[in-house]
Formats: sequence, structure tokens, C-alpha cells
Amino acid sequence: MATASAHHTARTQADEAADEAARTAAYEVVFDAAVAADERIEPRDWMPDAYRSTLVRQIAQHAHSEIIGMQPEANWITRAPSLRRKAILMAKVQDEAGHGLYLYSAAETLGVSRDELLDKLHSGRQKYSSIFNYPTLTWADVGAIGWLVDGAAITNQVPLCRCSYGPYARAMIRVCKEESFHQRQGYELLLALSQGTPEQHAMAQDAVDRWWWPSLMMFGPPDDESSHSAQSMAWKIKRHSNDELRQRFVDIAVPQAESLGLTLPDPDLVWNEERGHHDFGAIDWTEFWDVLKGNGPCNDQRITQRRRAHEEGAWVREAAAAYADKHTNRAVGSTSTTGETGATRA
Amino acid sequence: MTLTVNTAAALALGDDALVLSHRLGEWAGHAPVLEEEVALANIALDLLGQARVLLSMAGDEDELAYLREERAFRNLQLVEQPNGDFAHTIARQLYFSTYQRLLYTQLASGDGEFAPLAAKAVKEVAYHQDHAEHWTLRLGDGTDESHERMSRACQALWRFTGEMFQPLDGVGVDWDGMRAAWLESVGDTLRRATLTVPEGPQTGAWTAGAGRQGLHTESFGRMLAEMQHLHRSHPGASW
Repeated sequence: MATASAHHTARTQADEAADEAARTAAYEVVFDAAVAADERIEPRDWMPDAYRSTLVRQIAQHAHSEIIGMQPEANWITRAPSLRRKAILMAKVQDEAGHGLYLYSAAETLGVSRDELLDKLHSGRQKYSSIFNYPTLTWADVGAIGWLVDGAAITNQVPLCRCSYGPYARAMIRVCKEESFHQRQGYELLLALSQGTPEQHAMAQDAVDRWWWPSLMMFGPPDDESSHSAQSMAWKIKRHSNDELRQRFVDIAVPQAESLGLTLPDPDLVWNEERGHHDFGAIDWTEFWDVLKGNGPCNDQRITQRRRAHEEGAWVREAAAAYADKHTNRAVGSTSTTGETGATRA
Repeated sequence: MTLTVNTAAALALGDDALVLSHRLGEWAGHAPVLEEEVALANIALDLLGQARVLLSMAGDEDELAYLREERAFRNLQLVEQPNGDFAHTIARQLYFSTYQRLLYTQLASGDGEFAPLAAKAVKEVAYHQDHAEHWTLRLGDGTDESHERMSRACQALWRFTGEMFQPLDGVGVDWDGMRAAWLESVGDTLRRATLTVPEGPQTGAWTAGAGRQGLHTESFGRMLAEMQHLHRSHPGASW
């Protein structure tokens, strides 16, 4: 009878669902215990769907930031004022492309593909750090980005070296080493300007004036408005709150600005003996949300350039794929592939 | 400026590397795939490193790079050619890297003043040539469109290739032998890439040694304007 059979099917499904739920609950206990014990979660381990999707979002956004972040600096490669500075800047932009590659690989361990993520970047469904929507107007901006923007990034990223997800934590260890180097180079660039001619000093001060507040915004919204923070901290993806990290950055930057001989554009910035920290002025959150929504000075320009590079490169990627297809097919029927791999060149 | 013979040669070789490095630097943020952002920047950096050594042999690297005018640059017209599409960039790189590798291999085996630089640089340019050859194969033997683009690029840049074999005073290499070896190497790569070796002459009235005499093509002045602007705006400043 149809009804009996339907009943039977429904019961089997219910049993399976109960098993599935029990299994998930059991896995969740193991997962929570691993996180609590500061063990690393690895790609083949079970993880909650929300943990996976949070990580994909965060790592992808981080990778996209490296790629979009190449633009404001590459803007000055062809105008760098000495060959030494030009070499440093080229190496830095190259490192950023490399960081993008590590991070897309880390994201791919979570079951997404780089192409899929790039597509989301190009269509605006995934974001990148809002700092890169500000323009680099003078050479000193290259130094300010190194000192302040990379400095803020490092403050954010050093704790990520202990993030609960293994591939991300390991990528961050490599990234942080190179970033600290870039930051020192940025500081040294600004120092040369600050101690240079009056025009160079003014150029350095102007850059710091323009990059200071956007750098503080890199830590994200205040703790009471940060939607992902609590869960990310519970999962040990994040180790400190936005406001804690921001405070840490200010405390480090103030003495560095002094030794640079430059001022920070905040009349309320003062040492608070009682707190043992610097107090600082209010951030313009309206500007922050505005830039995040796409209305910053360079949002359109950045994404348009990225899309154009991708679209104009389509024929190159198609050629590489077609070539690989032809030559894989040929190689199957032949024992010799010399000359096609590059490894054979003496 | 009165130049000794070897200073003139150092400038010519240094300018080649400096100018091509600059052109490759223009790709940053525009490459067709992330791996090529890394590769092109890597090649640009190698070339800039060579340029700095060579220009320093001739004088102060920054004075020479930033304060000479167009007519005082001694680079080949080939390396100043605009990037064009990816195929043009690859064709330019194939032609130049093959030349550089042959030249530096000979220089490295001698005991002239360029031998130490050449010994180090020859490893770099072997990588550059390898990269250019593999892209020539992929583009030439890829899709119809990539074949067409690569074919056009090889053709368009061909007339700038003869200038490479005009002997440079003070550089004791076998120039005729180098031309023959270059033709064989590039010809072999093009054939493997299903492309034909361009038939036109390798030099025209304006390219027969013209870059080496300070006669350049129009886009070069604009490239220098961009490269030198900031440095020239702050006379005497250090960076």
C-alpha cells in the first residue's frame, strides 16, 4: 500500500536525520575541544559550516586586499625618485602578489576555488580592505602606506599566526615576516623625507596627515558594532577585539611619529597615565561606512582596473589552457616530453 | 660628458636593462594572471639590479638614470617599445633575453670588466629566456586568437632586432656568431610555437644602430618624462 510505503520512507529518513544530528553533535564536541586546547584545525577535519564560511570570507577578503593593495603602490613604480627606491617598491608589490597567492591557496583548502573568489571580488560580492580606496597622491604616500598601513596590518595579522585554522595561521607566519620588512622600509623612506629638504619634509607630513585616520579604520568598527567579532573570538580565529588592536597600534605609532619628526593629525591625542595608554580622538565612522559601501575616492577605479586586467587577460589564460590540453594529450601517447617543461633547460 | 670606451659600453648595456625594467614595471597590477604579476616583477627587478651595477660602472646611477635627456640614452630601440598586449611584451622579452643570454655567456667566459656582472646575470637571463620561450609556445600554439596575436607581435618587433648585433666598442664578443646563434635559437622557438620567422629586414633606416647613437622612437621621451619627473622636481634632494 502506498501509504505504508510512504510511512516507512519517512521513518527511515527521520532515523537517518537523527543519526546525522547525533553525529554532528559528536563532531562538534571534538571540534570545540580542539579549539579550546589551542590545537590547529586542518582541512580534512570536521568543522561547523559557519566556521568554514567565516574563514572563507575572511581569508578571501584578505587575499583580495593584497591584490587590490598592489594598485596604490604600483601607481608610483614608474615615478620612484631613485633606482634603490624603485627596486624596493617593485619587490614589495611583487611580495603582495605572492601573499595573494598564499592566501588564495589557504582559502582553497576550505573547498572553494581561486576563480570563484576572484569572480566574487570582481562582481562586488566580496570585499577588500577599505584602506586601498584612498589615492596615492605623492611619493611620500608610499612611505606612509609602508609605515602606517602595513603597521596596522601587522598589528592585525600577528595574532592571526595563532589562528585556530592551520593553513591560515601558517600563511600568516610567512606574510608577517615580509610585512614587517616592508613596514621598516616605509618608515625609513619617511625618515629620509622628514630629514630631507623642507619640501620633502612637508610632503611626508602631508602624507601622514592623510593616511593616519584611514589606518585607524583598518581595525574595523568599534567593538559594540562589530557583527562577526564575538563568534570569531570564540572560535579563536580572532584573538583580540578591534578596539584592543587599534589601541595597541596607536601606542606603538605615537613614539615612532616622534622619532620621525612628524606629527599625527589628532589634537586629542594624549598619554593617559592612569590607563597606561594613549587617548585619541573620535574616528569619523560616517566616512568609514561610506568607503565600505563603495563611495570612497578610488572604489570604482580599483575594481575597474582589476576587472579590466582580468578581462584583457582572458585570451592569455585561454591560450595557456588550450596549450596545456594539446600537450597533455600528446604526452599521454609518448614517453618523451623534453623541452616542454622548462626543467630540462640546461 | 667625455666617455671612455668601456664607460660607453656600460651605459649602453645598463640603459638596455634600465629601460626594459621600467617597461615591465608598468605591468604591475595589470597582468593577465597573478603568477605573471610575480614573474614580470621578478624579471623587472633582475634587470634593474643589472642596470644599477652597469650604470654605477659609468658614474652615479641616479644622475645617469634621472638627469640625462632622451638623446643621451644609449639603449636599443627594442627595449623602449611600449608593452602593447601580453604577446608584444613576450615577443620583446624573447628577442631581448635570447640576445642578453648569448652576450652575457660570452662576457662571463672572458676576463673583461663585464665578466663578474655577466657571470651573475647570465643565470637570471637564462630564467627570463625560459619564461619568454614558454609563453611563446603557449601563445603561438594555444588558441587561434593567441596565435594571431603572437604572430603579429613577433612581426611588429622584428625590425628592431638587427640593432642588437651592431658591435659595441669595448665589448669583445663575436657579434656575427651571436647573430647566427640568436637566429637559430629564436627561429627554433618560433617554429615549435607553430609560428613563422618574420621575413622582413631586421633593421630599417631608423633602427640600424640608432638607439645606441641616442636616436629613439617617439614613445621613449614620454616614458622618460614620467620616470624622471619627481627626481628632477627636487634638484639635489636625496631619497
